[in-house]
Amino acid sequence: MADRFPPAAELTTSGRPVLIPNEIECSILSSVDLECDEIPSFPLLKSGIIILTTHRIVWISDSTNSAVAVPLAAVNHILSSKKGIKSMFASPRVRFQVSVPYGGSSRSAVITIVIRGKGDHEVFVSKFWENWRARAWENDDNSKDSSSSSASGPSSTGSGGLYSSEGTVRMVGVAGILRKEQEMWENTDKSLQEAFQDLNALMSKAKEMVMLAEKMRQKLLASTNSHSGSTNDDEVASKEEIQDWLLSVGIISPVTKESAGALYHQQLSRQLADFVRTPLDIAGGMISLIDIYCLFNRARGTELISPDDLLQACLLWEKIDVPVMIRKFDSGVMVIQSKSYSDDEVFARIRTLVTKPDALQFGVSASDAARTLGIAPAMAKEHLLTAESKGLLCRDVSPEGFRFYINLFPEINSEDLYLVKDYTVYASWIKATIGNRRK
Amino acid sequence: MQKLGDFKLPHFFNYPPYFTLQPVRDTREKQIQLWKELILDYCRTQKIFVIGLEEDFPLFSNSVIERSLSHEARQAFLSALVSDGRAEWLDKGHRKCLILWHRIQDWADIILHFVKNNGLEDSVMTVEEIRSGVESRGTELQGIDRTILMRALKLLEQKGKLAIFKGSSTDDEGIKFSV
Repeated sequence: MADRFPPAAELTTSGRPVLIPNEIECSILSSVDLECDEIPSFPLLKSGIIILTTHRIVWISDSTNSAVAVPLAAVNHILSSKKGIKSMFASPRVRFQVSVPYGGSSRSAVITIVIRGKGDHEVFVSKFWENWRARAWENDDNSKDSSSSSASGPSSTGSGGLYSSEGTVRMVGVAGILRKEQEMWENTDKSLQEAFQDLNALMSKAKEMVMLAEKMRQKLLASTNSHSGSTNDDEVASKEEIQDWLLSVGIISPVTKESAGALYHQQLSRQLADFVRTPLDIAGGMISLIDIYCLFNRARGTELISPDDLLQACLLWEKIDVPVMIRKFDSGVMVIQSKSYSDDEVFARIRTLVTKPDALQFGVSASDAARTLGIAPAMAKEHLLTAESKGLLCRDVSPEGFRFYINLFPEINSEDLYLVKDYTVYASWIKATIGNRRK
Repeated sequence: MQKLGDFKLPHFFNYPPYFTLQPVRDTREKQIQLWKELILDYCRTQKIFVIGLEEDFPLFSNSVIERSLSHEARQAFLSALVSDGRAEWLDKGHRKCLILWHRIQDWADIILHFVKNNGLEDSVMTVEEIRSGVESRGTELQGIDRTILMRALKLLEQKGKLAIFKGSSTDDEGIKFSV
């Protein structure tokens, strides 16, 4: 019996493939079938999206939220397509031979990619060749080997003699360690310099930069853990800040117009949905579009997107099943919020804020609310205005500025202007104002 | 509690949003309601008949919290009184407003009551005598606004309760009651 082939691929909640480390998407086509006559258990894979990465071919179903992946490492051969009258009218096909695990050993089978959509299949084929030949998966194995061997000490590297592979004299003892440290710094320095020489260099170095950032983050993490007892709060805070910066570098495989083509906005939309979840959690469930634009582009490094693309991607969320949504306030300010986010929760927090004795007497400004709620002032103002329109707050416009107060009007009796009922907000407001005035 | 002369101000007079015209409908309606009541209360106790929008009106500013009503807000509150029939604009530019803490009909009833109490059913008085005569001292008619008084008298004339005639020598008008 054949094992299940091709193996299932993991997807994010917004239906994007979960990439393995260093994997980069190269090309995306829609309305693609995968066929294989030689494997009896080969599932029916009709009209999905196919994503070619440096490591795999991922096929994602349009209807169900499932995916399969064929590792490029398993591909033995890519068959050149036959040119002929017949192929001019039929949907373009790409055939390739893979080795399929079969029982204990493996057998080979030919899989056909049928491209029914409008995408440029020739680009796809050339990219396919390119990535298959590049053998990115082998580089991963090498880097893993080298990193593990260098960690285990000089004795295990290569020849193990006095001369290293580059022909430099191998140093031992403390001097050797120091020298090695210095070499490491020099290398880091060099790659930083090269990276910033021009944008092209930066693009080719992007992956290394991300790795460097990740490595620095790990180091910082390790040092905070080991010194957690002795370091003061300031240091910890600054380290956390640096960690945050480093974390914000880091979409290794950004969806680009080049790789996604016609599916650009759709794929971008899904990637964005995955991306916004961390900043959303930090911001408390709601974040302005401008903030996301900055964060997203910073994470993308060089593959910047336009504000319009971002908006398009956000507007597409309505059509796909993702846990986030875009919201437009009456004033026109647009924000991203998670679907589980509720205004009631914010209103409850605003209510707590404006019923504090100080706020009862002097009200709150948008910046006060921003500080307390931990959000941007513009956003805080939107929340306050929404709360006002719901009758929770009312405003006070004076030469001192624009402030919001808890709405006492409903509690005041218009039949008897002097009546104050006990245990109302009105009563506590009177207490707060009179109490403060006596001081 | 804060006072304006001998007028006791309600607590919410120190509530800053009370002095900003609220944009939200429900809140604004309640705010206008409270202002209407306060203006009528104040005018009744202080015997104020006319509010000038551009003049200083004690109620329209609060020095304790340093707030005062904008022109727009004053106009909104007085217009609300006008549409309730509790005030009337005295000019087209809406700069002066006559406050009717008693409606004209109520003023007419007060006059009738006054006439009966003083046994003046068939006698003659001048308008000025009603406003400042010995009989009206201590009643609500003392110092009543002339415009309001004339309107109330005209209402009673229409009902045949009295006759208004021009005096021959004085410029004051005479009233012949026939209750």
